[in-house]
Amino acid sequence: MEKFVTLETGAAILDRPNVDTDLIIPKQFLKRIERGGFGRFVFNDLRFRPDGSEDPDCPLNWPRYRGAGLLVSRENFGCGSSREHAPWALLDYGFRAIISPSFGDIFRNNSFKVGLLLIELDSGTCAALIKLIDESPGYRLSIDLPAQTVSGPGFSASFEIDPFRKELLLNGWDEISLTLKKEELIAAYEKKRRRPWQAAVTAAG
Amino acid sequence: MPSLLDKIWEPHVVDRNPGQPDLLYIDRHLIHEVTTPQAFEGLRKAGRPVRRPDLTFAVLDHVIPTDDLSRPLKDEVAEAQLSALEKNRAAFGLPVFFGMHDPRQGVIHVCMPEQGVVLPGNTVVCGDSHTASHGALGALAFGIGTSEVEHVLASQTVYQSKPGEIGVEVRGRLRPGVGAKDLILHLIGLLGFSGGTGHALEYFGEAVSALSVDGRLTLANMAIECGAKMGLIAPDQTTFDYLRGRPLAPRGPDFEAALAWWKTLFTDPGHQYDHRVLVDARDVEPRVTWGTNPAQSVPITGRVPDAFDFASPDDRLAAEEALNYQNLEPGARMTDVPVDYVFIGSCTNGRLEDLREAAGLLRGRRVAAGVTALVVPGSGLVKAQAEKEGLAAVFTEAGCQWRAPGCSMCLGMNPDLVPPGRRCASTSNRNFEGRQGRDSRTHLVSPATAAASAIRGRLSDPRDFERRP
Repeated sequence: MEKFVTLETGAAILDRPNVDTDLIIPKQFLKRIERGGFGRFVFNDLRFRPDGSEDPDCPLNWPRYRGAGLLVSRENFGCGSSREHAPWALLDYGFRAIISPSFGDIFRNNSFKVGLLLIELDSGTCAALIKLIDESPGYRLSIDLPAQTVSGPGFSASFEIDPFRKELLLNGWDEISLTLKKEELIAAYEKKRRRPWQAAVTAAG
Repeated sequence: MPSLLDKIWEPHVVDRNPGQPDLLYIDRHLIHEVTTPQAFEGLRKAGRPVRRPDLTFAVLDHVIPTDDLSRPLKDEVAEAQLSALEKNRAAFGLPVFFGMHDPRQGVIHVCMPEQGVVLPGNTVVCGDSHTASHGALGALAFGIGTSEVEHVLASQTVYQSKPGEIGVEVRGRLRPGVGAKDLILHLIGLLGFSGGTGHALEYFGEAVSALSVDGRLTLANMAIECGAKMGLIAPDQTTFDYLRGRPLAPRGPDFEAALAWWKTLFTDPGHQYDHRVLVDARDVEPRVTWGTNPAQSVPITGRVPDAFDFASPDDRLAAEEALNYQNLEPGARMTDVPVDYVFIGSCTNGRLEDLREAAGLLRGRRVAAGVTALVVPGSGLVKAQAEKEGLAAVFTEAGCQWRAPGCSMCLGMNPDLVPPGRRCASTSNRNFEGRQGRDSRTHLVSPATAAASAIRGRLSDPRDFERRP
């Protein structure tokens, strides 16, 4: 995955709670077997009318929010289905980070695996930030991952992040390669600690 | 005092380092066509094999049609996805695969327990959030994303932080006409849509013990709908009786050795949960969602709430959005809400007990004019048994469509969609905006409530109908 160290970017807002992964990427786009190219489908039912034309009422379509690398939303962002297509689509669209008071557990794991930084700020701070962005066209924010801060004109906050996830993001490391270096541990586990009946029965006897 | 979660989690830790999630060994990796093609492609690019094909269990379920099963599918993209898993399964040498025309094929969370693949004390993962279902058998089961699927395929392990625990005690017995689906909707309403985030639920108490394995699977299935990745139930005699003799469960001395360990899998008295919830089973009524998340529900005898009823600003905003999307007036009786579609099926309610429940109401009655009712068995074996017992005939005589197994209208990845503006009483698990089709409106209900609603053409209380065995 791509490294994440610092980011200076425009910010878009999605002012609603419980943005579920069905909303981020509707099911009809999950049939593709590729990993890339999901960005054009992100928030499809919000951004596009049923006839496929852009909905000018959707803030994500407003010129001021185009090209934003950061999205700020309300609580429980990424709840619902386990589809990793959601962080793929957000990243491919151009978002490198999401700020929300809370995130769905599976979405959180998926996002950090693919290099999408999730930043949790308390509910009041998120609400204030949404208002600030809404009232300040062209508003930009800076994220500093080593320092764990988000700042912009009239705004400054620090955030918590799991040190393991932080290290992977800062280095852009592939987790599978790291784990496969632990092959000896895994093999030893299988040899010593698995019970015989845990072996799968793979054919009806 | 260790909990059920501790007793399964700890023996599966392969590596533990301070400040890092645990590296957990995975006993059962369940895979389907939607969340795996990119994972296999990742392995291929890196030249890696599947580490344990024998612990990897594959089925096709999400995109397959439930009427015309001929190949190639009319939907070329879906066809490519099906054939990708068929090819990957062969190329990576996976011994267990339930293909499209295999009689054991079905919704992954229905057919895998049915085959005895999932055992108490197992760690179970799948690229699907409803993997929580398998906690019903006393397994530590949770949904993962495609990167994690690739990680498990390559290493048979996954990084995971141990969740907190919410102990959910259900005292007393559920009343007649009230089932596991009503109980879980009631619980999600209490906990809130994100009330379980970062936690595992453990269900216990008289009402939970009294449930069959089918009912327990329903209860565990929807843990994720309050944000909890796992929903656990300690295995007991009901579980052991269910497992004995299943085709892919251990046999003979292996079964007995397993049983000795399974019997130790319960939360020790005195264990301190992070949170506890107490429910009186007699307070649970048939339940129906009015909104666009599964926590937004009321008893079927209730009314559509007003957004101003909610104290928190986020809940109020969510209610406003939901009422607008669902086109419902605050104060309206739920039983006055008309339905155009009824869907009985899914990993939540596509098992035999669910179909028996629905057929009990539909026997000798007719689906209301103008209502399209789909009954989609959860697996090929459920379908065969339902046909043998005469349930299929009950459904077709009532005017329902009797389909082939699959995920179907739960998420509409196949052609089974609810059209825009139409309203569906559905036994599935999610009522999100657009879930069953763009601009469709979903009301989550039990199989009995779905059947009652099909008969009247509006959301209906199943207790109004005499059951016909």
